[in-house]
Amino acid sequence: MDRLLNVTTALSVILLVMVLVSVRRAHIRVEYSVSWLLAAAAMLILSRAHSLLNAVRNLIGLPDSPLTLFLLAGGVFLIMFFRFSVIVSHLRDNNIALAQRVAILEYHLQNLRNHESQEV
Amino acid sequence: MTPLGTPDSLLIIVPALNEEAAIAGVVREIREHVPGVPVLVIDDCSSDTTVAVARQAGAEVLPMPHHLGLGGCVQAGYKLAYELGFQYVIRVDGDGQHDARDIPRVYEKLKTTGCEMVIGSRFVADNGSRTGAVRALGIRFFRLVLRPVLGKEVHDPTSGFVGVNRRALDVFRQSFPLEYPEIEALVVLQRRRFRFEEVPCKMRPRTTGRSSITALKSLYYVLHVLLGIFVNVLKFDRRYHRAQRERGAGG
Repeated sequence: MDRLLNVTTALSVILLVMVLVSVRRAHIRVEYSVSWLLAAAAMLILSRAHSLLNAVRNLIGLPDSPLTLFLLAGGVFLIMFFRFSVIVSHLRDNNIALAQRVAILEYHLQNLRNHESQEV
Repeated sequence: MTPLGTPDSLLIIVPALNEEAAIAGVVREIREHVPGVPVLVIDDCSSDTTVAVARQAGAEVLPMPHHLGLGGCVQAGYKLAYELGFQYVIRVDGDGQHDARDIPRVYEKLKTTGCEMVIGSRFVADNGSRTGAVRALGIRFFRLVLRPVLGKEVHDPTSGFVGVNRRALDVFRQSFPLEYPEIEALVVLQRRRFRFEEVPCKMRPRTTGRSSITALKSLYYVLHVLLGIFVNVLKFDRRYHRAQRERGAGG
C-alpha cells in the first residue's frame, strides 16, 4: 500500500513541476493551471498525510486508502475535464463567430476595393 | 450585391464545400430560373477550385477563413444578408440536388403567407423524389419526434431547401445550430412561436461528390439531433415561462 502511495506522491510532484514549468514558459495560461495545481497538491497531501486519507476513507466507507485516493483523484479529474469541455465549447463558439466576422468584413472590403477601382 | 431597398429583396445562399464539379451548374440554373436575384456561394474553405468556379459562373462568394461546418456557413450567409438589408433568404445546397425551378414557389409562399420559414419538401406531394431506405427511416422517425414538439406535421424535416424571412434571419444570425442545423432550426423557430410552411419540391439524386452523412455518422446524427431538440425545448420553455411570469407580475 505504501508503495502505491509513494507512486502517487511521485506522480503528484511530476504533475506539479510540469504545470509550473508550462506556466513559466507560457505554454498554459495561469487561469487554466490553477485547477491542475490544486488537483496535484490535493493528491500530494492525501498521499502523504495518512491520517487525513484514513479519515476520508472512513467517511466514504471504502475498504482501503489507495482506492479512496484514486477514486478522489478520478472524481477531481472528471470535473476538470468537464470544465475544460465547457471552456473548449465557449472558445469554439467564439472562434466561429470571429471567423464569420472576418469573412463578412473581407467581403465588404473587397466590395469597397472593387467600387473604388471602378470609380478610378 | 445590394437588396436595392425593395421590400421583397431576395438573396439565394448556397453553402458549398469542395463542389467544383457541381457549383457552376447550380449557380447558372439559379440565375436562369430566378433572373436578377443575387446568388451568394458560401465556401467552407474548399481545397478545390469551388471559389473560382462559382465566381466564374456569376455568383458572389463569401469564403470562410477556415472550415466551419454547414451550420457555421449558413449562419454567416444569414448574418451578411441581414446586414445588407435583405428581406428574404433562400438556401439551396451546392451539390445540385435542389431544383432551382422550385425557388419561385418557396419565395411566393414566404411572401404570401407571411410565415417565417418555408421548407421545400420532397414528401408533401408525391413528386417522384426518392431517398435511401435508411434516410427515409430516419426522416420518418424525426417526423414522429417533431410532431408533438412543433404542434404540427412536418413532412421533410431534414430538407436543406429552406427559405426564411427577415424575422427568422434576425433570430438565426444570433443563434443557429452549427451541426446538422435543419431539424434544430425548426425547433428554435417554433419555440419563438414562429410559423413554417412546406411546399412540394423535387430533389434530384446527387450527381457529384458524396453526402456528408455516411452510414457510420447516422447514429451520431440521430443522437446529436435528439439532444439538440431536447435542449432547445427545455431552454425556450424556461425562457417563455419566465417571460410569462414577469408579464403576470408586471400587471
